[in-house]
Amino acid sequence: MHKSIVTAALLLLVPAFAAVAWAQDASGIDSGDTAWLLVSTALVMLMTPGLALFYGGMVRRKNVLGTLMQSFIMIALIGLQWILWGYSLAFGPDHWGLIGGLEWAGLVALDLTAASDYAPTVPHLAFMMFQGMFAIITPALITGAFAERMKFSAFLVFSLLWATFVYDPLAHWVWGGGWLSDFGAMDFAGGLVVHISSGLGALAAALVIGGRRGRGMPTMTPHNLPMTILGAALLWFGWFGFNAGSALTAGSLAALAFVATNTATCAAALTWIMCDWLFQGKPTVLGAATGAIAGLVAITPAAGFVGPLSAIAIGIGAGVFCYLAVAVIKPRLGYDDSLDVFGVHGVGGIWGALATGLFASTLANPDGTDGLFFGNAAQFGTQVVSVLVAVTYAFVVTFVLLKIVDRVIGLRVSKDEEILGLDISQHRESGYTILD
Amino acid sequence: MKLIVAIIQPERLESVMDALDGEGVHLRTVTNALGVGRQKGHTEVYRGVREAVNLLKKVRIEVAVNEEFVDKVIDAVVKGARTGNIGDGKIFVLDLPECVRIRTGERGVDAIG
Ligand SMILES: Nc1ncnc2c1ncn2[C@@H]1O[C@H](COP(=O)(O)OP(=O)(O)O)[C@@H](O)[C@H]1O
Repeated sequence: MHKSIVTAALLLLVPAFAAVAWAQDASGIDSGDTAWLLVSTALVMLMTPGLALFYGGMVRRKNVLGTLMQSFIMIALIGLQWILWGYSLAFGPDHWGLIGGLEWAGLVALDLTAASDYAPTVPHLAFMMFQGMFAIITPALITGAFAERMKFSAFLVFSLLWATFVYDPLAHWVWGGGWLSDFGAMDFAGGLVVHISSGLGALAAALVIGGRRGRGMPTMTPHNLPMTILGAALLWFGWFGFNAGSALTAGSLAALAFVATNTATCAAALTWIMCDWLFQGKPTVLGAATGAIAGLVAITPAAGFVGPLSAIAIGIGAGVFCYLAVAVIKPRLGYDDSLDVFGVHGVGGIWGALATGLFASTLANPDGTDGLFFGNAAQFGTQVVSVLVAVTYAFVVTFVLLKIVDRVIGLRVSKDEEILGLDISQHRESGYTILD
Repeated sequence: MKLIVAIIQPERLESVMDALDGEGVHLRTVTNALGVGRQKGHTEVYRGVREAVNLLKKVRIEVAVNEEFVDKVIDAVVKGARTGNIGDGKIFVLDLPECVRIRTGERGVDAIG
């Protein structure tokens, strides 16, 4: 009797010891951190189909498949580019602070069982794939700028070039041990690398490719807003992996980023519909969705550095600035950034990167830095310079790449193809039937 | 009274509407339609299998008018919809024996405008 109780007690203890033993193996890999990063990777993957739906609902019926496809196929295209050379350019051994070398191309030279210096408690492969999902969604974000008029072949070539010459170098500068990280730029999950780069790329794209035919006509309104709301909700969901996953550990930093992400998004969505209500008379559903995305964008660079109240301020700022960019400034300037990639990701990304330099606090993250409002004005200056660098680099290089692709392949579908729609002209399919 | 039914290319809708407004004809009904005419269809491909699609998307505009507006409407539709290509569409003019405005109970010529 007595003996069996002791045995039972010992048996209960066994899993506890085993868990300790398994949590970190000899190479320093932590099972909790690894599990969280793998889940986050899958969450970020889901953002790209979410984006496809978000954009797909905003276009006309005849372009729904073409628009969904431009996001969806990025998973395949950049998914391969990343393995073959993208990861190596972004995170491979540093050369002059400017670019990673091709030493890791094809991942041949990686120790597949070990961790990396980037994330010492997770397998290198897990870190590589997590970053790969970021590389995938970033060019997909740009597609909103040239929606409904880009030739599919030219789009594939452009996206591959863009990932290679804009995304990979920027990711290297900020996260891969390049010069912007040495300079002190703070970018927790991709304000500079993901949102400023895609937002300014989008502005260049809208300018180079020109507006859609029939712009301003009543038939140009979104064809399926429920699809857009579903897409926005999936983006919000996946963004927890994007931001909280960027902690690269499953601990308090991930929780901080998670809370900041949700809080800023709530504030931005409410702010946007308040602006709608104030200026247009009704709170719109598309406004709630757009505001939420603006909040997610703006909190991205700050998520691991700010407390919940700062997140609210960042969210409100995102709602106001992005609303102004989309509803007031764009109509005056007249460029056709069709689905407001610049207005939401460019402007939201710039605000978020600057706001990181204002609201960052070592009270929230002791391993971070203080921003202007917490007594460190220098960090704000650093953020301003990094924003200027990212804005200029992304805009100029995107502009040049588009001009080259236009020369060689032609960016735009023909007039007849544009009238017919991308679904039939580029893919020979229809998204919807008319007769049951 | 006449009922004028025009089948046009969807992308010409805006310019037909502008042309009708220009003639002072503001009332109309517009529906999506599918049509088969002389214009060739296109093929679609689903999982490697080709499907010929010869029902093409068209827009159907209906305008009921008093006699003096018939030519104006026809001219406006032709002006707005013509490109000179096959598939520009057709205009059908039908006699219209009666028209009732539901709200007031007015009938005929008074109810149309
Ligand atoms: N006799 C008809 N009866 C009903 N619809 C017609 C008739 N002829 C043409 N249509 C409609 O007009 C559209 C355009 O006709 P089509 O023969 O393709 O070009 P075109 O107007 O240049 O002759 C058709 O798709 C169809 O919807």
